[in-house]
Amino acid sequence: MSVEFRNVHYTYMSNVEALRGVDLVFERGEVVALMGENGSGKTTLLKHMNGLLKPKVGKVLVEGVETTSASIAELSQKVGLVFQNAEDMFFESTVYNEVAFALKNFGYEEEKVRKRVEWALRFFELEQYKDQSPFLLSGGEKKRLAMAIIFAWSPSIICLDEPTIGQDSIQKEKMMHMIKMLNMQGRTVVLASHDVEFIADLKPRVVVLSRGKVLADGKSQEILTDGGLLKKASLLPPQLVSILERLGDLGVQRKVLDVDVAAGIIADVLRHELI
Amino acid sequence: MSVIEVSGLTFTYAGAKSPAIMDVNLEVSEGEFILIVGPSGGGKSTLCRCLNGLIPHFYEGEYTGSVTVCGLKVADTPTHILSQHIGMVFQNPQNQLFSLSVEADIAFPLENLGLPRQEIRQRVDEVLELLNLQHLKDRSPFELSGGQQQKVAIASVLAMKPKIILLDEPTSFLDPLSALHLFETIDYVRKRLGLTVLMVEHRVDLAAARTTRIVLVSGGRVVYDGGLRNFFSEYEPHAYGVSVPRVVQLSMKVGKLVKNWNTLCLSPEEFEMEVRRRVRRV
Repeated sequence: MSVEFRNVHYTYMSNVEALRGVDLVFERGEVVALMGENGSGKTTLLKHMNGLLKPKVGKVLVEGVETTSASIAELSQKVGLVFQNAEDMFFESTVYNEVAFALKNFGYEEEKVRKRVEWALRFFELEQYKDQSPFLLSGGEKKRLAMAIIFAWSPSIICLDEPTIGQDSIQKEKMMHMIKMLNMQGRTVVLASHDVEFIADLKPRVVVLSRGKVLADGKSQEILTDGGLLKKASLLPPQLVSILERLGDLGVQRKVLDVDVAAGIIADVLRHELI
Repeated sequence: MSVIEVSGLTFTYAGAKSPAIMDVNLEVSEGEFILIVGPSGGGKSTLCRCLNGLIPHFYEGEYTGSVTVCGLKVADTPTHILSQHIGMVFQNPQNQLFSLSVEADIAFPLENLGLPRQEIRQRVDEVLELLNLQHLKDRSPFELSGGQQQKVAIASVLAMKPKIILLDEPTSFLDPLSALHLFETIDYVRKRLGLTVLMVEHRVDLAAARTTRIVLVSGGRVVYDGGLRNFFSEYEPHAYGVSVPRVVQLSMKVGKLVKNWNTLCLSPEEFEMEVRRRVRRV
């Protein structure tokens, strides 16, 4: 198993109880999406995985090691966390140095550092900015740089906090391929996301959080088509689900996330009515 | 009546090799709700900065062409004057809020204008009521949810009584339900106050039904400027990084399967009405 949460509680200094008894297991090679409204505990959960936060009550185990007994530096080699606000990760003067920083710190040889940085910048289409300040990039490009930093050292567990924010549809598609590729390599990917349409296409395991607790845990097909559950978690259903629900009285099947299947269902209803 | 006129605008940031926007022409009429879309790095934010005067007043670079907002030449007008005509709401509301209370945050720019106390009081109360924020007026903006913070940011902009509001991905930090509520709020104040709204937004699915026009900015140029239905049916939005809402995809696919279906719906509500209209007709 990759990561385990045992009865994890976390309260911020402001007395906000962000996690209230979370029990979860992420298996090696799983893709898991954490969903829930703002303030439901998604980011707090991710920050427990690389030891940025340590549980007040309970335990978090990363590849069998309790996070309270490991340093952030040790955990970071296993777990890469891409922040929601990419700028929080930047402090170097150039895009190149930003990606190279962690690799140098981990003690990679110079040649290896260069190769990895170049690979990561090419993959995320940032090569042309390598000598530029990271703060001059556009919003979407900053997000990609934040990912390039983490992917360059290839951790076995990758946490992405709202990876699709500010990304256009082409970059989202690339992100989808990348997550699938990482998954094929046996890596564990945990992402917090509000992007229901992205999650509907990615089809990961979905964990729904609400007020610091796990409200539901299952396949995306089941969770994203459960109108009652989504409402309870203050989540908006995917557009297809909402359309099919509206037409429920016409006898349409509702648990559909695929446009072609939904079009077939609607066409059947209309043809039937025409006869 | 046009409230924004952009003509032959080209801007290159200092130190950049190529222009961020090139030969942009745009005319906006009063009361429009325009969605600005395009791939990341395509020039959307630069265009916004040219409209509210951050370019050329705060960003160095080479600027040619002209931008006129409410009859004022942007390049010749200080930003504190422009902000009374065109208000800007940023992606992250926390960059815009800094006072100890919601009320003080909304009053701050008005105090800077040197308005009389009575006038400030009145304007603050008006926008608090308009956006239904009265119950939060004494709270610290930093204790609020993202959706509430963004509403406060909009309130502080509206208190300046601008004719135009410009929003740069205002829902990025919000969950989908809060984003939907924010779009409803923006549309409500637009109609109520007769505002012109320009909004950069990737969430086309939630915004589509409310906007009157879409402007696609890609490679620093305006590639498309017109109606949404035409955009989705005639162009390849995905090639420009623009997500096609599921309801639009569904309308197109149903059109291939069902005779006489040539309606392109922009929202689930519209789609439902179209199906029911046909069912009833039978």
